[in-house]
Amino acid sequence: MSEMRELLELTALELGAAVKKGDVSAEEATRTALEAMEEREGALNCFITRTGEQALERAKSLQARVKEAKSPLYGVPMAFKDNICTRGVKTSCASRILGDFTPPYQATAAERMEAAGCICLGKLNMDEFAMGSTTETSFYGPTRNPWDTKRVPGGSSGGAAAAVAGRECWYALGSDTGGSIRQPASYCGVTGIKPTYGRVSRYGLVAYASSLDQIGPLARSAADCAAVLDVLMGKDPRDSTSLDVPAGGLLASLTGDVRGLKIGLPTGCFGQGLDSQVHRAVLQAADVLKSRGAQLIEFDFPVMEYVVPAYYIIAAAEASSNLSRFDGVKYGWRAEGYEDLADLYCRTRTQGFGTEVKRRILLGTFVLSSGYYDAYYKKALQAKGVIKRAFDEAFRHCDVLLTPVSPTTAPRLGESLSDPLQMYLSDIDTVSVNLAGLPGLSMPCGVDGAGLPIGCQLIGPPLGEAVLLNAAHAFQLETDWHKRSPYGKEAF
Amino acid sequence: MKITAELVEHVSQLSRLRLPQEEKERMTGELEGILAYMEVLNTLDTREVEPLSHIFPIKNVWREDEVIPSQTRQELLKNAPTGNGETFLVPKAVE
Repeated sequence: MSEMRELLELTALELGAAVKKGDVSAEEATRTALEAMEEREGALNCFITRTGEQALERAKSLQARVKEAKSPLYGVPMAFKDNICTRGVKTSCASRILGDFTPPYQATAAERMEAAGCICLGKLNMDEFAMGSTTETSFYGPTRNPWDTKRVPGGSSGGAAAAVAGRECWYALGSDTGGSIRQPASYCGVTGIKPTYGRVSRYGLVAYASSLDQIGPLARSAADCAAVLDVLMGKDPRDSTSLDVPAGGLLASLTGDVRGLKIGLPTGCFGQGLDSQVHRAVLQAADVLKSRGAQLIEFDFPVMEYVVPAYYIIAAAEASSNLSRFDGVKYGWRAEGYEDLADLYCRTRTQGFGTEVKRRILLGTFVLSSGYYDAYYKKALQAKGVIKRAFDEAFRHCDVLLTPVSPTTAPRLGESLSDPLQMYLSDIDTVSVNLAGLPGLSMPCGVDGAGLPIGCQLIGPPLGEAVLLNAAHAFQLETDWHKRSPYGKEAF
Repeated sequence: MKITAELVEHVSQLSRLRLPQEEKERMTGELEGILAYMEVLNTLDTREVEPLSHIFPIKNVWREDEVIPSQTRQELLKNAPTGNGETFLVPKAVE
């Protein structure tokens, strides 16, 4: 038992090194993860689909070629959020409307991880179509936070964050449209990064808001995230918005040296509505970086009140358009008892989508509809321009920005859904990063009085992944928040 | 602005959704609250700002029109709720 726990507490890179060295086989690692899933899934519900048998087969075949291993993540078990298409494995977006949809193709991100030697344990729970901040809108029931199962894991990549924190896998791929990697990472005490828009191909990622969506890792450390991004990043001819810029080398670039790094603290992110314990922990994280030679600069970020409305207008507008493809004809689930084609569409969509998805489709359709387009959608795009300018200005005198990830720690199940507007407002610290297309990282930096993890966000300029990861790495060399496990210290 | 039941009905039709009465009423109130909050954007001066749709200056991307293998019809029809082995099946669309 204690050996199992020890193995589960390793970082992905530590496990990858142990597999390469022969200290542990890919199969042993996989079995250990499957045992952990068996033990914890009843309480956590991180997975929608488990692929244990395929994982063991895969582990055996990888083990046979372990000498040829190139990636430091070779043979490390992981899992994908269920909006990333996996060939031959059901991909549901946690929605009834996709039924048992089984993609005939592989997302580029999944293809790249596979080429690096990953072992996929299954598909992770999420808010339906990634719309939500708690993983409670899933058709497959909520995921629970491993630190306190009465609490939500955050969302929408809640299954991913809870599986990594709950030691059911060593890392996971999630997606982030308005904070969906960073906020659950924060609530669950893991490290997650949303790369610059265009860094990772979106081919095979089921679209929520195409101009904002980005795939990224959730893992146990900044170094693990760097290793995953080294595999994921790069131009993909199948996603014309993917960036044709040099990629890779992130892991090798981590020095932990932050001397002279100019860290901006936007005063607007530390004001009203911020929990005092979160406030204190995030400022302490800034002080840790300062103690290693970074320089802290407070500055005014005058656009905070506009970020949530601009984000929700743009995201809902794109969602209403993207989700029009779900009509019960070509794939997924179809309602019964329809009279004609229009009735088939209506019944399938009305019964197939959950409440939050319908709310955003209606909101998005409204802001795009004739007579309201200029007042809402066009205005939001202009606000986006203003927000981008504010970031441009900030990065003229800062190298990175440091903020909270979320104003509070994880709420209790059922607390957020009753008031959608309140739930939207809790995204205040993360959505602006997507609007401006910037990289954003969440790292554990403390716990509150109830023992719940607190996250600190680092925001970088476009293509600034290296500087973010290095700052987080520096922080993690100095502290052990990222190593804390909800399963105590039995292993040590 | 005032969100009426008629407006929600109109937008539902555009979205091919048919909400039960109770859900429609709740949604009307919620949308009104959300949109009222979004009015804060009107306090932002955007007279000199162009709407920004794509964040980075990328242009249309061209590629050679090469024929590459794609999925087989059978493979794609596997996910359809109903098909006849050759096509997707739907109720008659034009009388």
